[in-house]
Amino acid sequence: MCGIVGLFLKDSRLEPELGRLTATMLAEMCERGPDSAGFAVYTAERTGISKICAVARKGAVQWSQVAKRLAAAVGANVGIEEIEDHAIFKTKGDGEAARAWLIDNVTEATVLSQGQSIEIFKGVGDPNRIAERLKLSERRGSHAIGHTRMATESAVTIAGSHPFSTGEDTCLVHNGSLSNHNRLRERLARHGERFQTENDSEVAAAYLTWRTREGDSLKQALQRSLTDLDGFYTFVVGTRDGFAVLRDTIACKPAVMAETDDWAAFGTEFRALSTLPGIDVARIWEPEPATVYVWNRA
Amino acid sequence: MSGDDLSMHTPPRESATFDRHVIAEIHRAAATGIYDIRGFGAKRRLPHFDDLLFLGASISRYPLEGYREKCGTEVTLGTRFAKKPITLKIPITIAGMSFGSLSAPAKEALGRGASAVGTSTTTGDGGMTAEEREHSALLVYQVLPSRYGMEPDQLRKADAIEVVVGQGAKPGGGGMLLGQKISDRVAAMRTLPKGIDQRSACRHPDWTGPDDLEIKIRELREITDWEKPVYVKVGAARPYYDTALAVKSGADVVVLDGMQGGTAATQDVFIEHCGIPTLAAIRPAVKALQELDMHRKVQLIVSGGIRSGADVAKALALGADAVSIGTAALIALGDNHPRWEAEYKKMGTTAGCYDDWHAGRDPAGITTQDPALTARLDPALAGKRLANYLSVLTLECQTIARANGKSHVHNLEPEDLVALTVEAAAMAQVPLAGTSWIPGQS
Amino acid sequence: MARKASSTRSARPGQHRNSVLDLARLTVREVNQLLHDADGGDFLIKNPRGAHAIAAGLDGPFGITIAGHVGYYCAGMNKEASITVNGNAGTGVAENMMSGRVHVKGDVSQSAGATGCGGLLIVEGNASARCGISLRGLDIVVKGSVGHMSAFMAQVGRLVVLGDAGDALGDSIYEARLYVRGKTKSLGSDCVLKDMGDTHKAELRKLLDAAGLGGEVDVSEFSRYGSARKLYNFHVENLGSY
Repeated sequence: MCGIVGLFLKDSRLEPELGRLTATMLAEMCERGPDSAGFAVYTAERTGISKICAVARKGAVQWSQVAKRLAAAVGANVGIEEIEDHAIFKTKGDGEAARAWLIDNVTEATVLSQGQSIEIFKGVGDPNRIAERLKLSERRGSHAIGHTRMATESAVTIAGSHPFSTGEDTCLVHNGSLSNHNRLRERLARHGERFQTENDSEVAAAYLTWRTREGDSLKQALQRSLTDLDGFYTFVVGTRDGFAVLRDTIACKPAVMAETDDWAAFGTEFRALSTLPGIDVARIWEPEPATVYVWNRA
Repeated sequence: MSGDDLSMHTPPRESATFDRHVIAEIHRAAATGIYDIRGFGAKRRLPHFDDLLFLGASISRYPLEGYREKCGTEVTLGTRFAKKPITLKIPITIAGMSFGSLSAPAKEALGRGASAVGTSTTTGDGGMTAEEREHSALLVYQVLPSRYGMEPDQLRKADAIEVVVGQGAKPGGGGMLLGQKISDRVAAMRTLPKGIDQRSACRHPDWTGPDDLEIKIRELREITDWEKPVYVKVGAARPYYDTALAVKSGADVVVLDGMQGGTAATQDVFIEHCGIPTLAAIRPAVKALQELDMHRKVQLIVSGGIRSGADVAKALALGADAVSIGTAALIALGDNHPRWEAEYKKMGTTAGCYDDWHAGRDPAGITTQDPALTARLDPALAGKRLANYLSVLTLECQTIARANGKSHVHNLEPEDLVALTVEAAAMAQVPLAGTSWIPGQS
Repeated sequence: MARKASSTRSARPGQHRNSVLDLARLTVREVNQLLHDADGGDFLIKNPRGAHAIAAGLDGPFGITIAGHVGYYCAGMNKEASITVNGNAGTGVAENMMSGRVHVKGDVSQSAGATGCGGLLIVEGNASARCGISLRGLDIVVKGSVGHMSAFMAQVGRLVVLGDAGDALGDSIYEARLYVRGKTKSLGSDCVLKDMGDTHKAELRKLLDAAGLGGEVDVSEFSRYGSARKLYNFHVENLGSY
């Protein structure tokens, strides 16, 4: 149970503002998600460098040691940027292989994301403090998704926070409660997906990754999820070039969208959108149930 | 003419799987095409408080004298947010039961009895009757998925508000009231046509999930100027998570109803096969409160099969702040009393087994709307019976508490208990008697 | 910052006061408490910015205007007051309303007018899912469209929709009456098309007039929906509908 915010900038001149606007939206969602928070920022970089974000599970991690071992494993140089308890590994080597190696070999850390644009950060505790600590307001990029969490059936841990990312430059946040995720997790694991938590939302993320690997477009994968996933959900999915929104057929969990010529935004409650520039003239609507909405940068 | 006649008759052998009850039920289902609906709670044997024992006093622990050495029983509910928390003289409340499922005299009797000993009653599906507000010194007003009878003036007249997510008899089911009990008055209160079988929602109409419950609770507080304690009631399913979520949604009090909790009407399969035993629900709920540093700050009321002061004491020892009684209260009023045996027999049942509360033909005048039957229940006399019963529960609980060296029933603790069975030891997280073994903990 | 001087504890009963209440400077709690302490009066509430439970639990002859978008449960359990929202409203606007009038100039979110018992709710824009769920006597007029599961288990009252209705309109409906001018995507369990007689047209005309729609809206363009009453008592033959 949670609060979701998403912001997609159509106008690239707003890129320096992305973090600040997202942080303001996130602040409105603290009451419905007091336990933990996370956010994905798409920095719109196109340098050919894969970034793998990770966070320490408990205590300090010797990130530079990990980077050395990772470099050996993928056979390429690995640079590193450390931020609080997070690290971003940067390499021109195979990003997916790097992600898999880290999950399998570095149990003292949780791997958060992998991709050329995406960076994911997570924390436990008050969402505003997390955003401050991890300098959300200073970040820039093309689009961002944030999430505040009220844990339902799993523990409050960093790993359990959203967004979940199981595929390159892809992430998912979820408001609601799935009811068939346990069997689905087993099935997806047999298809090669790696899980780091007991969380239902991680299963939804892995499901989409699996479907896209099988050749579905994001839209098709989300369409198919309406049959394969059971329960109540609003999903906001981030991809390298945009984001998508889907609500289940019953659509009990709230969702509001707003759009102007400059941006498209999502919020679980309207007040998250109320702080955006131009909200007074924005088109505001609620996504229909069982309908996939996608925004993409050309 | 030998005693070893080889054609001697062998006694009939009943199947444990297809026993007589099961066979009769299959016959009934085949004849009617509808599931069996009944009242009462789970009837099958379950791990329960009987499987726990108090240790009492010994050389290392000293008891309190009765009478002179006080054993306190009062409890205050709603200290977290409410401007006007309520203080009960005893840690036993009357659970939510609707006017509609119960007769008007029954509701009045519950109010009289509870008020006489300084505790509260609770409305049910269908709203607040004037009799109940008049006769209950402390009245908790339920906000249910159906919202039958819900209106702001009643909310403002209540002493506390209970948002009902579910109940132990049917976690995930809504209220059920069949046509024979929808009298003119009931129909008017619920804004329904008379004589229909009421269908009830199982989810609330304007919120789903704890994140939206948080906003709903705020609205209820805003409407009542933050005066009244807000309880959140849930059937025992995932008590650890549900309790934490109730706290995060802003509850003052969590009400946890185990599977033995009664109902006036629901499907038998729902009652017997859904929800977990009361005994299994308490420790996880308390653990959630402790982890959030909310134990005793958000109060926990436990219900579902509370029958004696020993049950009360055990629930408190496991960490509850109070208990709630439903079925037991009706029995105290006179439900299933042997004086009606001739009528029970005519209905194909017997005193002690009558559970067709949905049918509205209760000879005791409690779970019926038939004026001829409800006239049999004198609310003043029945109220006195309830007051007597509540007093006995309290005295029994105090006796046990004093024997365990406690000057207040809230000081009862798990370490005062042992278990008789492995299941009870695991569920209550207390050692098997005579050992230090708690299954599941090394 | 000094609180706006609007202590109504000094107001004499019956004295109406015009006042501006600014949610940029006062909390929702302060505004609601002030309104609960007053006997009535006209108020303008500024800067709502999607806050919840604004003007909930009012009871009296108030004229409230809210300048902007509101969050959940605006005008919840309203009695007698006339409340206008110059913007959109979130989940549960006017839920359990007892009497009075709530007028939303923009769109409304889910469960608008949920379990309402009386009075009139007018929506100029669209309503999303579950509009009029468990209606118990409230009248709702939506000039745009309504979302799926509208009038679910609606017991008594009237829902008028000038636009379209979404899936499963009137599922499990009791005695509420539904009037839809546009298309109905699908009907819910036990909800059927009914005839439009003269009494129904007269009833609809009165509702449209009350919502400020004069002769420009023709009542004969509407279809009426209501309960087939087949689910009022359980029959195994209806298993597919449960």
